[in-house]
Amino acid sequence: MVDNPNEASAATGDDSVYWKTNIRIITVCLVIWAVVSFGFGIVLRPLLSGIAVGGTDLGFWFAQQGSILCFLALIFFYAWRMNRLDKQYGVDEE
Amino acid sequence: MDQFTLNLLFVGASFALYIGIAIWARAGSTSEFYAAGRGVHPVTNGMATAADWMSAASFISMAGLIAFTGYDNSSFLMGWTGGYVLLALLLAPYLRKFGKFTVSEFIGDRFYSKTARMVAVICLLVASITYVIGQMQGVGIAFGRFLEIDAFWGLLIGSCVVFAYAVFGGMKGVTYTQVAQYCVLITAYTIPAVFISLQLTGNPIPALGLFGNTSDGEPLLATLDLIVTDLGFNEYTAAHGSTINMVLFTLSLMIGTAGLPHVIMRFFTVPKVSDARWSAGWTLVFIALLYLTAPAVGAMARLNISDMMWPNGTDGEAVSVEMIENDPEYAWMGTWAATGLLGWEDRNGDGRIQYYNDANPDLQERAAAAGWEGNELTNFNRDILVLANPEIANLPGWVIGLVAAGGLAAALSTAAGLLLAISSAVSHDLLKGQLTPNMSERSELLAARISMAAAIVVAVLLGLNPPGFAAQTVALAFGLAAASIFPALMMGIFSKRINNSGAVAGMLAGLVVTLVYIFLHKGWLFIPDTNSFTDADPLLGPIKSTSFGAIGAAVNFAVAYVVSGMTKETPQHIKDLVESVRIPRGAGAASDH
Repeated sequence: MVDNPNEASAATGDDSVYWKTNIRIITVCLVIWAVVSFGFGIVLRPLLSGIAVGGTDLGFWFAQQGSILCFLALIFFYAWRMNRLDKQYGVDEE
Repeated sequence: MDQFTLNLLFVGASFALYIGIAIWARAGSTSEFYAAGRGVHPVTNGMATAADWMSAASFISMAGLIAFTGYDNSSFLMGWTGGYVLLALLLAPYLRKFGKFTVSEFIGDRFYSKTARMVAVICLLVASITYVIGQMQGVGIAFGRFLEIDAFWGLLIGSCVVFAYAVFGGMKGVTYTQVAQYCVLITAYTIPAVFISLQLTGNPIPALGLFGNTSDGEPLLATLDLIVTDLGFNEYTAAHGSTINMVLFTLSLMIGTAGLPHVIMRFFTVPKVSDARWSAGWTLVFIALLYLTAPAVGAMARLNISDMMWPNGTDGEAVSVEMIENDPEYAWMGTWAATGLLGWEDRNGDGRIQYYNDANPDLQERAAAAGWEGNELTNFNRDILVLANPEIANLPGWVIGLVAAGGLAAALSTAAGLLLAISSAVSHDLLKGQLTPNMSERSELLAARISMAAAIVVAVLLGLNPPGFAAQTVALAFGLAAASIFPALMMGIFSKRINNSGAVAGMLAGLVVTLVYIFLHKGWLFIPDTNSFTDADPLLGPIKSTSFGAIGAAVNFAVAYVVSGMTKETPQHIKDLVESVRIPRGAGAASDH
């Protein structure tokens, strides 16, 4: 490891708040992740069967394309949000 | 110019391109190889990772499995992309901060145990070798087709090419070679799809064409549903399998994606922690380009095949044998029959080939009335669909050559990446790290090559009786990675409580229980007829062997928690290590021991 000894000190109070915030963001993202794939794509598909999309229903679209687009949005959101959080708590690499 | 020459030309030209780039961007030492990702822009890195990741399973096999099953195989689409969310949120930034090169190094250090590192290596080897079997199947089919020989000989020739490629080319300038491979494979996948989408729906974007209308104004998917149910098959867009199994299968593929060594490794060497987050996103962008097209390829190919077998509509006369043998539009059937992966037989001797589901009672009635004696398209290997697709749609010869080159690019890039992961696990982690620490660099390199050759031989032997179509074999590998590696990595970052004994017990429990479940259904070491159960009637309710990885992962988590609770607490310096991994500040470049 190449940590500077000063920086590698035990977690400060700020660091634990940073980590808690991170866990909260991860939880929200993973809930959305599960809802669009396992939810809309599989388990909740019958609920969406009334919404017609190109010869089939919305659940089919989520299972074959919609979930993938949501995954993309989630990853980019997380990267943007966390890089901002890093700066906020002064834990970024710069 | 005939098709054979054209194929050879495209495949040859693409190989020349990869070798040319490898020479141009050659990396001299091992550390240069490992650090290939450093100093590379996240977009470029994402493209290379996408090529590394998308294999014969994605390119050659997946659309075929979707085409013949429809909605139920959406799991492949969600599973192999959803894993990147787990990777980006739960693993990539922290493993980057940790700053070592391999997954087993992280596990060894975090769980302060040589045994844990050894167990991780074993898990990696089992998952990677299973994965290589699936790749070799794809390579065999691609070589079989474009050399117009039996798939068995295709497999043997293909394995020699993969070996040569991994040993001589694999180590050098990987990133840029993989960027080239990505460009070849995505072009090869997209161009025929665009042509076919234009033919059927008039929409140049296949992903949109899938939900568009055909020339008679009806939605494409509604037309497809109608045709396949007319022939007695399951409705394309409806769900038929068990919901629980579909959820578990999708979850297994997702967790497995985030547990496979050759993909995780790439995030160790990006320049910064923030780049690790962006990189995962860019990788998924490039993967999504293929994955959004794949369901369109599947549905449209199914429609084209049905039309071909029933040129007068499903109520009219089936295609005649004479037409299959002489009409140039049907020439692809003859060439694919030569590989042994496609077959038909005029059972009732009426000079026509009736393609229908002969297990469906309604169709049995119609068959009895019409004098049919069973489905006469006797063999249609799902794995040939993508490669045969341009021929089925009568696209120009250069498109067919391009697709052959793309399929080989997908299979080769992943097979080579996996073989490198296997050989470094054996020579670096197992031999140098454990058994013979005083090994010279030369004998380490020799050991790496020998283990590469051994891995190929094992994969070919096991691949002679593959446990399923390429994508299904690969799905088993994901189940194994999901059950063993991912939980250990995640607990290592998110829980300070898990100690050395907990991690070792968890990994072993997850791996063993999953492996046993797979072997019970697919045969011990995939040897035919040694299985006690089948995936049609699995041991545990509706849970097929390909879906068991998620349960294996749950076993891993549970065992690790219980065992950690009963044994000595994690020492303070390891708790500090976990704290430091969680915070990007102070991340240096990745370093070797």
